[in-house]
Amino acid sequence: MTLDPKDRAIIEATQAGLPLVLQPYTVVAETLGIAESELLERLENLKKNGVIRRIGAAPNHYRLGMTANGMTVWDVDDSLVDDLGDKIGALPFVTHCYRRPRALPMWPYNLFAMVHGASRDEVHAKRDRVAELLGDACRASDILFSTRILKKTGMRLRGQKG
Amino acid sequence: MSQELSDLDRRLINRLQDDLPLTQRPFASIAEELSLTEQEVVDKVRQLRDDGLLTRFGPFFDAEALGGAFCLCAMSVPEERFEDVLTKVNAHAEVAHNYQRDHALNMWFVMATETRGDIIRTAREIEHDTGLEVLMFPKKREYFVGFRVNA
Repeated sequence: MTLDPKDRAIIEATQAGLPLVLQPYTVVAETLGIAESELLERLENLKKNGVIRRIGAAPNHYRLGMTANGMTVWDVDDSLVDDLGDKIGALPFVTHCYRRPRALPMWPYNLFAMVHGASRDEVHAKRDRVAELLGDACRASDILFSTRILKKTGMRLRGQKG
Repeated sequence: MSQELSDLDRRLINRLQDDLPLTQRPFASIAEELSLTEQEVVDKVRQLRDDGLLTRFGPFFDAEALGGAFCLCAMSVPEERFEDVLTKVNAHAEVAHNYQRDHALNMWFVMATETRGDIIRTAREIEHDTGLEVLMFPKKREYFVGFRVNA
């Protein structure tokens, strides 16, 4: 969808989060100088169009004990990968699930699923459940644990170019 | 899971991972379910955020729908050169996230740029700066994700 300047202003005003008050949209609408009804309508539209996925809170995995994460990667038959990808994404412990190109010969994997758990053992056990789901459609797989965060910046909408 | 959390905190964290209604009083339904006042819900959410149990409260945007381009990239960096290469890679503002992983491909980063052309240009610059190949794994398809953390 194309975002008009008002949509972009709404996104810029809310991407760091909503004010934690009883009526957060009243405050945002005042800041933007638009009616609250228009703000809510536009947010509803952004949601319908998939620009907003949901409105809520993001828990801190690490503080809630989910300290291990493994990027599981799979070489899955191209004719089956989309059906299976949907099933794997729906597992409650998978945070991201994508089909990506292979980089042969070094990298034969075309399905990436990020798996979270309280320990590496737990991540391995969950990975076994993904393997079961994939069955014979999977030819090879691997798991890459992160050992260090090297950089983490919030991805923000940048101001429009003049 | 963390021991210092009360039952109420847990229920609230779990509930806040659902989609909140787009209404003037978005906390009203949660307050009713948890037998709290709306102000108590707001105060607790603020507390959880200040304590670092929630990272953020608000809309979650599909980064690509906002415009711009993203690409997962990976490099195989010799151990003895790791810190030097890291400095060079992270010096690019286009590199948004970067993780070390236990694999021959040991550096995995996400680039976020205005255009697809910027992704390729930045990858070439990193290759030039480091003398190492940058493998690109652009997303071909994203599958629906139903992830939740059970507090």
